[in-house]
Amino acid sequence: MSKKDLEVIIATDCGSTTTKAILIEKKGDTYRQTFRGEAPTTVEAPFEDVTKGVLNSITEVEELSGRKLLDGEKIITPNNGNTGADIYVSTSSAGGGLQMMVAGAVKAMTGESAQRCALGAGAIVMDVLASNDGRADHEKIERIRQLRPDMMLLSGGTDGGTVTHVVELAQFLKAADPKPRLGASYKLPVIYAGNNKAHEKITEILGDSTALIITENLRPTLERENLMPARHKIHDIFLEHVMQQAPGYPKLMKMVGAPIMPTPAAVGTMTEKFAKANNFNVLAVDIGGATTDVFSVFNEVFNRTVSANLGMSYSISNVMAEAGLANILRWLPFDIEEQDLRNRLKNKMIRPTTIPQTVEDLQIEHAVAREALRLAFDQHKALAVGLKGVQQERSISDAFDQTSSGASLINVMKLDYVIGSGGILAHSPRRTQSMMMMIDAYQPEGITRMAVDSIFMMPHLGVLAQISEKAALDVFYHDCLVRLGTCLAPKGLAKEGQLAMEWEVTTPDGKKEAGQLRFGDILHVPLDSPKAKLVARPASGFDMGSGPGNKVEAEIEGGVVGLVLDGRGRPFNLAKDASRRRADLGKWYKSMGMYPV
Amino acid sequence: MAHAYTPGLKVMPCTLFRKKRLLPIPGKVLVADGKEVDATDMVAQTELPGKVFPLNVANRLGCMPEEIKDFLLKKEGDPVKKGETIAENKPFFKFMKTAIDSPIDGTVDSISHLTGQMMLREPPKVLPLQAYVKGRVVEVTPDFGVTIESEGTFIQGIFGIGGETNGEILMAAKSPDEELMPEALTEACRGKIVIGGKHAGLTTIKRAVELGVKAIVVGGIHDRDLRQLLGYDIGVAVTGTEQVGLTVIVTEGFGMIPMAEYTFKLLASRNGEKASVSGATQIRAGVMRPEIIVPGYPKNVTECRKDQGRGWIEPGDPIRIIREPHFGVIGTVKSLPPELTMIGSESHARVLEVTLDGGEVIVIPRANIEVLEK
Repeated sequence: MSKKDLEVIIATDCGSTTTKAILIEKKGDTYRQTFRGEAPTTVEAPFEDVTKGVLNSITEVEELSGRKLLDGEKIITPNNGNTGADIYVSTSSAGGGLQMMVAGAVKAMTGESAQRCALGAGAIVMDVLASNDGRADHEKIERIRQLRPDMMLLSGGTDGGTVTHVVELAQFLKAADPKPRLGASYKLPVIYAGNNKAHEKITEILGDSTALIITENLRPTLERENLMPARHKIHDIFLEHVMQQAPGYPKLMKMVGAPIMPTPAAVGTMTEKFAKANNFNVLAVDIGGATTDVFSVFNEVFNRTVSANLGMSYSISNVMAEAGLANILRWLPFDIEEQDLRNRLKNKMIRPTTIPQTVEDLQIEHAVAREALRLAFDQHKALAVGLKGVQQERSISDAFDQTSSGASLINVMKLDYVIGSGGILAHSPRRTQSMMMMIDAYQPEGITRMAVDSIFMMPHLGVLAQISEKAALDVFYHDCLVRLGTCLAPKGLAKEGQLAMEWEVTTPDGKKEAGQLRFGDILHVPLDSPKAKLVARPASGFDMGSGPGNKVEAEIEGGVVGLVLDGRGRPFNLAKDASRRRADLGKWYKSMGMYPV
Repeated sequence: MAHAYTPGLKVMPCTLFRKKRLLPIPGKVLVADGKEVDATDMVAQTELPGKVFPLNVANRLGCMPEEIKDFLLKKEGDPVKKGETIAENKPFFKFMKTAIDSPIDGTVDSISHLTGQMMLREPPKVLPLQAYVKGRVVEVTPDFGVTIESEGTFIQGIFGIGGETNGEILMAAKSPDEELMPEALTEACRGKIVIGGKHAGLTTIKRAVELGVKAIVVGGIHDRDLRQLLGYDIGVAVTGTEQVGLTVIVTEGFGMIPMAEYTFKLLASRNGEKASVSGATQIRAGVMRPEIIVPGYPKNVTECRKDQGRGWIEPGDPIRIIREPHFGVIGTVKSLPPELTMIGSESHARVLEVTLDGGEVIVIPRANIEVLEK
């Protein structure tokens, strides 16, 4: 079937706990998401067949839409009147997703490139092994033995360079004899994407003991990363080896009309398509119960990181361990005993499906979410960097502006759009809560539009984008994104109450609003118009993106929240004194109308 | 009649259950199908390959990797003793001689003339696997282990630390709301599974370790005490490998929470009997809760119930509230309104009405309760 014939599409995302199905239909020239259904994922006993959950979720869509989609256990294709769909696509993160171990000769160079490659392919990176990672050789071997990844990515050396380090890593790998996570009887897939001069040696060492796949070097020269060939191999192996071992997946693979993608890889694809279509720098985050995924596209460079143990239920206690109790307490506008807070968070960890019943409990979860988002963003910034080890030419005039190679690509002043997803951001009782959590965690500067993907449709759309980019983008704009509005945050510091910025907003129907933002305040201006024109005149010492004190004119977006004028300054620091801090938080939360009084 | 799905922990006076006992890697199964086994009997064993120690011979001797073959005193597969010279150079002057001694007892695993590395491997370690519970072997999985079937009391906790252990049950608390104090632990507790009431503090747990108590079972512990006991914060609830000197099982949660009366009474009815316990907890995919298993029937029970796994609640069911502001409170389900209801946090959630002991009726999200056995 040619792409233009697509009129009805059914898509599923098989998550660890829930399988979600959506129906997309062409209405006139535009694709719209029309019905959705969900059912528990059935990867584990007693079912041990992922397709059961898929069929249950599609049955729910059938019941709601009145469209007959299933003929027994088969999806009816193509669509004909009120029957069938033209294509069925799916993503999957069930069974713990794709778990990988990566290795590179030098940690900051090929090690990092290999990590970016695996993350971009949608994997959870269990460990990064490198010749210079600070561990003794026998510790490295012991580590490889302990972990049971789905596959391993081995890189190291530029093409034609020295082979010693990468061969040594291969020898360690052989000595450790690691076993794959699923399927005790098959060999661990190892992708070699290192120095091309070492192919023969690597085959000699690993050819018999592993399922070795050799591909192009992911760092052929120090100045160039070539991640796509290895990423494609990861996807191939994910489908051919890993998926084949997971319960019911061989059946699911026969049902789909396009290759199954790991859920994070699909979200990454959608983020990239959206950034490219609008020429935006985009940050997207998915904060779940166990993990937080962060995706970014800055200057057309895509990056993804996954913080495997930062989440709001299973991993909530780890957020406390990593952020520290003080950092969680700093977001609470009331006092709470340390012991009480510790016990509450641990009780959430052991009973992850409970929900906050009181405003106080909700504020505690929101405080944890800010820290989880911040920590995951810090980890993302550390990996979303330029290539390290690249020779830079400097003139004498650069001597005062020393930037090392490997500077972070993330610049919050240049960030155009933030998209949040995951329960805590998508289902907060008030949308202002979602927007403020993201503002506090990311501290965007200048002008930043914000939205949430309220029913986490990005995975479905990412996999659909492989078939029809138009269908994916249509649904993304119309049904997936819930526009929150725009954050206007002048960068700079001043004394409390001093003028930070004068602003004026004009909607397409000519309505004007204007005012002043003073340092230390947050203003909430409701604005639901999808487009509006902003004129911002930052005070001297404040920057809205055109340099300190310079006027900025820009297109902005309204939404269900509207405009948030954040006059708390950047860098934004909370008062050290507890009572003052609680008073500030109370003032800001009140002006945003965040919680019931 | 209205009912709603809810997960709950199993607390069963007597049930027929099966335990899979499998090795992590292939090995040898030591018992045959149909064999009666005791908890401490070995059912399978395997050999874990020894640790590998790489030695950079070329570096140590100051030669090129391809030259090491001239200096090696051992070849691949040869046994080596700790301190035995395994490579040495042959300089013109004897005082310039460098010798490399083996850091371990083991064998030469491999030698690389490209990197100049020599891999030494320690002898394999035997990994024995115990039956863990008393029962009968009903299935043998060749090379990996067995499935054991047994009848007995089966109680799940909500959280635990420490691995599998066995011992006699000893009731150290008179009621489920009594705190287990250090003074309550005496020499008689050595080697026992000690049952407390609502809480055990750090000093109590430390005292139990000193006395050689095998396990403590209580309603609640404070997270702060857990942190001090382990020396770190548990980030993700995957436990079972902690080495603190005993196993701790919490039946209700973190804080001071009386043990459910039903659980307490059931444990009391098995006082003095041998039990198998495990603190291993895993809350993500493949949920695993800590457990207490006492083979055989309790005195007053004549019928062994199969696990019916009822996963729903209906009016009249006793429940426990598992989240603030009523954490730990017990009540009875009054009704299950079907429509979404706005709760205090302004979220819209499925709720239930609960009648408390004093007759007061409160509204609680369904996600925040656990059903208690009748």
